[in-house]
Amino acid sequence: MTAVLTRYFPLLLLAAAWEATTRAGLVPASALPPLDKVASAWYGLAAGGDLWTNGVSSMTRGAAGLALAVVFGSLIGVLMAWYKPVHVVVNPIVQFFYPMPKSALIPVMVLWLGFGDASKIVLIFVGCMLPVTLSAFNGARGTDEVLIWSARAMGASRARVLFEVVVPSALPELLSGIRTALALSFVLLVASELIVARSGFGYMIGWLGDGGAYDSMFAVVLTVAFLGFVADRLYLMLMQHVLAWRE
Amino acid sequence: MSAETPIFAPAPTGLRLDRMAIAAGQQIASLLPLIALVVAWEGLARAHILSTFLLPPLSSVLERIWEDAASGDLLFNLGSTLYRAMAGFVIAAVLGVGLGIVMTRNAVVRWFFDPIVSVAFPMPKIAFLPVFMLWLGLYDTSKITMVVFNAIFPVITATIAAAEGVDGYLLWSARSLGASDRQLLREIILPAAAPQILTGLQVALPISLIVEVVIEMLMGGTGLGGSMIAASRFADSPGVFAGIIEIAIAGLALVKGISIVRRHLLVWHQEAEDPTTV
Repeated sequence: MTAVLTRYFPLLLLAAAWEATTRAGLVPASALPPLDKVASAWYGLAAGGDLWTNGVSSMTRGAAGLALAVVFGSLIGVLMAWYKPVHVVVNPIVQFFYPMPKSALIPVMVLWLGFGDASKIVLIFVGCMLPVTLSAFNGARGTDEVLIWSARAMGASRARVLFEVVVPSALPELLSGIRTALALSFVLLVASELIVARSGFGYMIGWLGDGGAYDSMFAVVLTVAFLGFVADRLYLMLMQHVLAWRE
Repeated sequence: MSAETPIFAPAPTGLRLDRMAIAAGQQIASLLPLIALVVAWEGLARAHILSTFLLPPLSSVLERIWEDAASGDLLFNLGSTLYRAMAGFVIAAVLGVGLGIVMTRNAVVRWFFDPIVSVAFPMPKIAFLPVFMLWLGLYDTSKITMVVFNAIFPVITATIAAAEGVDGYLLWSARSLGASDRQLLREIILPAAAPQILTGLQVALPISLIVEVVIEMLMGGTGLGGSMIAASRFADSPGVFAGIIEIAIAGLALVKGISIVRRHLLVWHQEAEDPTTV
């Protein structure tokens, strides 16, 4: 506990500096509302239910898009490594679209799917799929051939080799690709909600800011940032748990 | 590379030409799926399976790009997007490498920034955009600052990991030969850490462009993202698709560009023979 406190003490220091400068009037409250105002605004939003309903709609979109990206991305990536024809067809497309800033797709998604959930889910799906695909491919491609030969020699079918040798050995790289995708999903979610939406965290930040309710806006901004951080830490714990069999 | 392998005689020219033909063939073959995609796009749009509003024919999109290029809009928007993205990236690179190096060499700085970096790295920093708009206004300052804020953390973490991973023997040898702190940093730590730092920069560069495009979409104004969101407001779908293609090509060029820079900077390093790709 003390170790955690010493480690994160600088953050408390920053928070104290925030409160002190705003209290002392060094920074106008319109630019940076005092931290206690932000906290009470957060409580107001949470008690009123706004934070909850918008949060649920944001998180559902993020989770749905990311889940689709993980399923299809790892499937395509492993198939690319396993069947040469898939690689020949898919690889140029992946290589071409991988460096593209996925945020460029936001207006098209709105054009195609409107202002609702579908445009955000598909955006996150498409945006997060490529990092997952590429990491699954690299992981599966790097499988030790001796392992595959041994399994084959001991009479495992090709399908069994795929599921019991290739997929597990691709897992470390695949999981770290999914971590990248998780971070990206938050970025795409918030960006697309800020630009066009009728609900969600990004939408809340937008209208609170436009309405000049800066203490509430800061409350939502900090909530999103905190959730992104927590999601990453939880995922890291899950990753370590799943990979506990590694030396 | 193979030219310097002294043990084997150089391959006969005929064989080399064969190899070149095969390599060229593979290059062309790898373009086929993309060509098929392009043909499918044009075909779907021409056959009116999807309305031209949802999917304008590629030819009309290319025509739009050509018009933009001829009128100078494309160059202007591309220039202002790249200017802000690259300005932010360069500032993030310099500050990030600097801070990373200082953090590995000074315990107090390390103690102060460590939790900040580890909390801020996984945060969706894009959520802070309205805050930056509030503080710094709508123009270049707030956009570039936002790019720096998003791109700097991968650089810092990569620099710390790289500087800490420098082989101890190198440091001790340089020390015992009488190298000063400064020489040690310039001659040993930075070169030895360069590959990993460059990897951090390769992560930061696409982030810079992604963030710049999002910011332009949100704030409007000049730039590829700004003109794209304007096109989408006017339901001008060729304009939207033209924007996607322009941004995709800009992204591809930046990513290829930095990997070429990497290969040049690391010519002396063993990895130069086996360059990392995205």
